[in-house]
Amino acid sequence: MKPSDHPDPFKQARIEQGVSEIDDQNDPVNMVLRLKDVRKCAHNWKTYSSEATPGRIVVPSEVNIRDTRQIPFEVDPPKHGAFRQLLDPWFKRPLQDDYRDKLRTQISALIHEVIQQQSIEAIHGFSLLLQSRALTLLMNTPESEADTFISWGTHVFRSEDDPLDAGKAQQLYDYIDQKIDEAEANPSEDLFSTLLAAEVEGQKLTREQIKGIIILTFAGGRDTVINMVTNTLAYLADHPESLKRLREEPEIRTRAIEELIRYFSPLTHMGRVATEDAQVCEHAIKANSRISLCWASANRDETVFENPNEVVLDRKINPHVAFGFATHNCLGATHARTIMQVLIDELCQQVDHIDFVSADENIEQWGKFERKVGYHKLNLAFHPV
Amino acid sequence: MAKITFITKDDNTIVCEADSGSVMELAVQNGVKGIDGDCGGVCSCATCHVHVAPDSVERVGEAGEIEKDMLELDDEANERSRLCCQLEVSDELDGIVLHVAH
Repeated sequence: MKPSDHPDPFKQARIEQGVSEIDDQNDPVNMVLRLKDVRKCAHNWKTYSSEATPGRIVVPSEVNIRDTRQIPFEVDPPKHGAFRQLLDPWFKRPLQDDYRDKLRTQISALIHEVIQQQSIEAIHGFSLLLQSRALTLLMNTPESEADTFISWGTHVFRSEDDPLDAGKAQQLYDYIDQKIDEAEANPSEDLFSTLLAAEVEGQKLTREQIKGIIILTFAGGRDTVINMVTNTLAYLADHPESLKRLREEPEIRTRAIEELIRYFSPLTHMGRVATEDAQVCEHAIKANSRISLCWASANRDETVFENPNEVVLDRKINPHVAFGFATHNCLGATHARTIMQVLIDELCQQVDHIDFVSADENIEQWGKFERKVGYHKLNLAFHPV
Repeated sequence: MAKITFITKDDNTIVCEADSGSVMELAVQNGVKGIDGDCGGVCSCATCHVHVAPDSVERVGEAGEIEKDMLELDDEANERSRLCCQLEVSDELDGIVLHVAH
């Protein structure tokens, strides 16, 4: 096994049972493990709802650390569609040339900086900086705000020794309150001001709704993007032949990005609450109990993907669910994909190879499953072309 | 060179020409409304769903198994549905008409 490998802990349970129950703060979760079942459950929002008590569809559950409903994430149709209609154009801005150019300037400068150093710790010296600065583009706030985001660390709800840190969450809520106050007093072109001026179904958004959208923007794209970027660097350090191939065959980059996202599946799973008694793989799901849609397991489903545990850079058909599926698919996917496109382009242009110096893996524990989602520490040395 | 016609949900007709690439890429390049191609064409996002016009069905052919599984869960799917990222532009497709599903 190579140090950048991400093994699949779900294989046996996926093949033999298809569903596996884990506990989470006395609110157990049936993890759905097969791709087709995950897709079907994601599609069936009437039976598997996202509109439960705020925080309950997240695993580990956040019901004890927040009351604000994240929007549109914790709202089901038809209201969900009205919010997406408002938000989709904003979150598709990464497709615009000037957005992409600004992102390229940020990432290019960051790579230029790390090349000068002997070695770096990639999470705090690269991925956290990249994610925080890119987030200022997504929110259209001054880039200087990134310093505040960087000071919060890698996760907005969790600290190093506490998977659910209420104090840390409060820091984010206070920041958001302050920024909404500022936008009320001095409207600008940023996301806060845009939401204050917006209407959904003919009504202004409430402050609580605005907070729900902003919290989602911070929480949904934090550790996921950081892990995606860090894992990509680790993979390319460990596979210099892949960096060479991406440099020589730019036409495969789009496929390579989808493949890396499939392989890493930065978000392991997301929960739903059953609105009625149901069944998955002949396994009874009781009304008001939780299931989770295990994107990470589905993305290694051997009945769909050939060589599921290998990174096949030019994989042609890749029906992965790393960004979710159906109604509640990832609002930030365009931003995430654009980050990956620019990152790969700039690495190809500036970096000859990366040395994998040392790593401390971040292993999540879900019941009996141990899943590597990324790294606590990753030391790398970049070498210029 | 293949000439391909897209008809959008709001009844705009867009005629495009190409000799290579996927039909999804052609649609995105020409700004066809309702074809996003978010995943770049690897059959993951289902944002390039079209209904093939009845007299074009034979030339376009049937969806593969993975593509069918994706379409099965799309509320707009019918027996003429395809994800157009899985259609390679070729002379064979010259003259086909595709109705955008969303």
